[in-house]
Amino acid sequence: MSTEVDARGAVTPAVAAPVPAARRKSPYPFWFCLPAAVIFFVFFVVPTFSSFFFSLTRWDLSTWEFIGLDNYVNFFQEPALVIGLKNTLIYAVVTCGLKVVLGILLAQLLTSQIIARGFLRSVAFFPVLVSTIGVGLTFTVLMDPSNGLINKSLATIGIEGPAWLVDPKYALLSVALVDVWKGVGLATVILIAGIVSIPREYFEASAVDGASAFRRFWHIVLPLSKPAITTVIILSLIGGLRSFDLIWAMTRGGPGFTSDVIASVIYKQYQAGFYGLSTAGNVVLFILVTAIVFPLNRFFTRQEVDL
Amino acid sequence: MRSRRHLWLGLVGIVLFAVVFLVPFAFVVFTAAKTRTEAGELQFSLPTTWTLLQNFQDALAARDYMLIIAFVNSTVLTVASVAILVVLSAMVAYVVQRRRSRWNGLINFLVLSGLIIPPAVVPTVWVLQKLGLFKTLGGLILVEVAFGLSFCILLFRAFIATIPRDLDEAAIIDGAGPVRLFFKVIFPLLKSVIVTVVIVQSVIIFNDFAYPLYFLPGDENATVQLTVFNFQSQFNTQYNLLFADILLITIPPLLLYLFLNRRIVEGLTAGAVKG
Repeated sequence: MSTEVDARGAVTPAVAAPVPAARRKSPYPFWFCLPAAVIFFVFFVVPTFSSFFFSLTRWDLSTWEFIGLDNYVNFFQEPALVIGLKNTLIYAVVTCGLKVVLGILLAQLLTSQIIARGFLRSVAFFPVLVSTIGVGLTFTVLMDPSNGLINKSLATIGIEGPAWLVDPKYALLSVALVDVWKGVGLATVILIAGIVSIPREYFEASAVDGASAFRRFWHIVLPLSKPAITTVIILSLIGGLRSFDLIWAMTRGGPGFTSDVIASVIYKQYQAGFYGLSTAGNVVLFILVTAIVFPLNRFFTRQEVDL
Repeated sequence: MRSRRHLWLGLVGIVLFAVVFLVPFAFVVFTAAKTRTEAGELQFSLPTTWTLLQNFQDALAARDYMLIIAFVNSTVLTVASVAILVVLSAMVAYVVQRRRSRWNGLINFLVLSGLIIPPAVVPTVWVLQKLGLFKTLGGLILVEVAFGLSFCILLFRAFIATIPRDLDEAAIIDGAGPVRLFFKVIFPLLKSVIVTVVIVQSVIIFNDFAYPLYFLPGDENATVQLTVFNFQSQFNTQYNLLFADILLITIPPLLLYLFLNRRIVEGLTAGAVKG
């Protein structure tokens, strides 16, 4: 304790002296942050902190009754809710993995000297901007087991397509595929930015050494676009764990509860009036996201320092 | 040899991209132009009779012109949230970037949390209700601002770092106070990043579905993303109107994209790489 004070005491005088003057005269006043801080505090920080408390209550928005960990016990005992937890993880990992792999292949293709490069880039990117709900409903129709375009096309080449959204086994994965369709464009442009920033000398040197296209990809493109890959992994993991719109538009968690994720469970419990339980779901999601994303972020930044 | 291989690769790419990305879009357009019975067959084919304009009219008129009201609501929501976001986050980014202080660590942490932590929806409903803002457009605007601040601050801060401090000092010597310095000198210089922020946030907020669903329920308050469910029912979906509606609500972002393609991509990648 005392050493800490000593250590601080040695530093403070130098810093402390200019502070009062700066506080009066600084051309960069802190009150500039005030309006944003108030909005952020009231509508983000307060709800986040109060969610920990309200998740421990039976709650109807005006009165609450403290019930301890009952909501969490409920959450982990009800099979329909446990499925949500499992599905959230599957959904996040599948969408993230596919976006990274397909994104890097597309980025590699779209930075090579192929024709119509600009056009192809634009085409791959436009789904990012259109309404998620619109995409969801469109693919719900396209994935119709008997009448849908996808299964009809598969039938003409002799493949019997799965029942997609109607089949409990494939419902979640079908939604995940549509998520990849919509989101791979963003992953691709980020990875393109990463690949383009690799200094040309590396490619020239590898050409002189006679490296094959594959080795160039494996030993130059992949390691040197690591920051971009990291970004894509983190972004799509966050997006996948929180995903709600697409699942709600396509299956509403069905058939049964087989494609429910935490975010859709939160909404269903909210609709049913179980506000405490819904908030407990939110806390579970909070813990899941932070427990995965913060360590991952740290792991990646540490690796970058090593490079 | 080499260029021929690239030609083939390009051609295969074009066909593959067309099938994967453009066919679904064409399907929306074709179905939106069909008559009700023809659309109900869910075929991928050109409509035998084009009734696109009629379907647009019907979609707009459905349920007492709900879609038109929704367009008004969505426009107000998008314009107001984005305007507030731009001014407030530019102010924060400016102070945080220019001034070294012990608060910076905390502010950075909060910005990062805002990006990562999923918002606690029911407690937010509770806060809105306590403030009398639940089910009001104003309340939803403030919520969208709170959830969008982090991303905008990151974009602005990266850009402000490239503006030389000499400029600030010159203005200060000329006797400009903090407010004049920021709004008359710095803010106009942010034009290009402001355009980026405006476009990216407009698309995000216009396409938002979950937050209007939670914080602005009720038919008279509907935003455009919620109207598509009007035409969907378990047994009696009007597919032509459903897709006409989807097409109508896709047009605004698509127009932005056609004119400002490059800027959107720049903004999203810049924000993402910094994030």
